Amino acid sequence: MEWRWDWTWEILPRFIDATGKTLMAAGGGYAIAVVLGLVLVLAQRTPYRIVTMCVREVVEFIRSTPLLLQVFFVFYVGPQFGINLSPWTSGLIAIGVHYAAYLSEVYRGGIESVPKGQWEAAKAINMPVTQTYRRIIIPQALPPAISGMGNYLVGIFKDTPMLSVIGVAELMHTANAVGALNYRYLEPYTMVGVIFLAISLPTAFLITQFEKWVRRKMGMK
Amino acid sequence: MTEDMSQYPLRLEGDNIPMVRFQNVRKSYGALTVLDDLNLDVDAGEMVTIIGPSGSGKTTVLRMLMTLETINGGVIYVDGEPLTHMEKGGVLVPANPAHIRRIRSKIGMCFQHFNLFPHMTALQNCMEGPVQVLGLPRKEAEERSMELLQMVGMADKRDQHPSRLSGGQQQRVAIARALAMRPKVMLFDEVTSALDPEVIGEVTNVIRKLVDAHNLTMLMVTHQMGFAKDISDRVCFFFNGAIEEQAAPSDLFENPQRERTQQFLNAVLESN
Ligand SMILES: Nc1ncnc2c1ncn2[C@@H]1O[C@H](COP(=O)(O)OP(=O)(O)OP(=O)(O)O)[C@@H](O)[C@H]1O
Ligand SMILES: [Mg+2]
Repeated sequence: MEWRWDWTWEILPRFIDATGKTLMAAGGGYAIAVVLGLVLVLAQRTPYRIVTMCVREVVEFIRSTPLLLQVFFVFYVGPQFGINLSPWTSGLIAIGVHYAAYLSEVYRGGIESVPKGQWEAAKAINMPVTQTYRRIIIPQALPPAISGMGNYLVGIFKDTPMLSVIGVAELMHTANAVGALNYRYLEPYTMVGVIFLAISLPTAFLITQFEKWVRRKMGMK
Repeated sequence: MTEDMSQYPLRLEGDNIPMVRFQNVRKSYGALTVLDDLNLDVDAGEMVTIIGPSGSGKTTVLRMLMTLETINGGVIYVDGEPLTHMEKGGVLVPANPAHIRRIRSKIGMCFQHFNLFPHMTALQNCMEGPVQVLGLPRKEAEERSMELLQMVGMADKRDQHPSRLSGGQQQRVAIARALAMRPKVMLFDEVTSALDPEVIGEVTNVIRKLVDAHNLTMLMVTHQMGFAKDISDRVCFFFNGAIEEQAAPSDLFENPQRERTQQFLNAVLESN
């Protein structure tokens, strides 16, 4: 079997289009995860034991069940409870919530890495707790969290093919469709691999640079 | 075991009320009693130094006053008002966060390990409280902070982050940061213990200036006996979670009355 360049060029536009969709899925899911993850970690640090314990269990539950199952759950089980969501919405919710659970652990590590003395110094200038998080703790928790957050950004991107199973027209879905139509899978799948590689590698590099920049910017070693 | 709160006044009244009063204060961690029935008054403008062996509860006294630790009994008063408690229906009940915040605004603290905010410059560290907590306009907060940085000799380092400053420099910025909140009471917990010997003087000189200004009430824990003797109005020797002896520095250092004080001072002298 030989590589067919003419066909490669012919199907390329569809893949460029699908790349956009993949990036949208990853970006959208990540945006949900970044914000929801913060909510999950802060909820685990409230003084209310019940809230803390429930959220902790939910996070554990999400982290110990497969993403694919969660995607199916939202998309197929939701309608039985009267919740009808499009593949896109279901996919974004599932992947966003899944990664929120992971990001909350990254944030937790970051927050716990801030020395106790910082809380005490904030209290000594009479700063309220919410302001202390916003002004003192989270800015310091961020640099150590960046590499973890970056790993999950690449992770969420690589997990977007899971959304193909519910019909989100991202890269994998497109490759399957193009392949099935022409009984030829070498070029489509190779292209998907190359595209993933071409995006993942520079992203990982940029994240490392970003982390260094943030640390420098904040005057931290 | 609840305490009879009626023995505590709702507020201190009279001509000569202390700036800080610990009344029957108890502190324990689980089964370990750290402070047992502490009674201590600090007058306005007074500099009181706390000395004593490791583990005797010196830091705990300051931390309770800064509300970094809760207390298990008794009442702490600041500037005539209860800090740990508030009035409700004619008796004192444990204070709510709003009350604690209001009284805590009168207290500032410097720590052994400085605890500067590492992501902020020296100036930003000083401005953080005035701007974010007191709601001062930036310009005013900056003027106030610069004045204090000047006073501690750190004005030229205003734009440096703590990681670029020496220990002595960081501690001086930390003092400026605390003063920028205009506290009535300043607490110093072994502020020179983490410093190299040659920079200790930078920090003690700043504290000397504050003593000379006479408008701050100060409570200081230190292992530097010479410094304590020099600048304190009164020295309290703590032993096993209680005040074993307190007196003017000349009396306590030259002529200690209690055996434990003598032993402690001898041990310190020998180790130096
Ligand atoms: N968070 C804590 N949990 C349990 N015990 C504590 C805690 N903090 C302090 N202690 C205990 O309380 C006692 C008094 O501690 P404190 O720090 O006040 O001593 P100190 O006089 O400041 O000693 P040092 O000179 O070593 O600083 C010690 O026995 C200490 O082990
Ligand atoms: Mg101590």
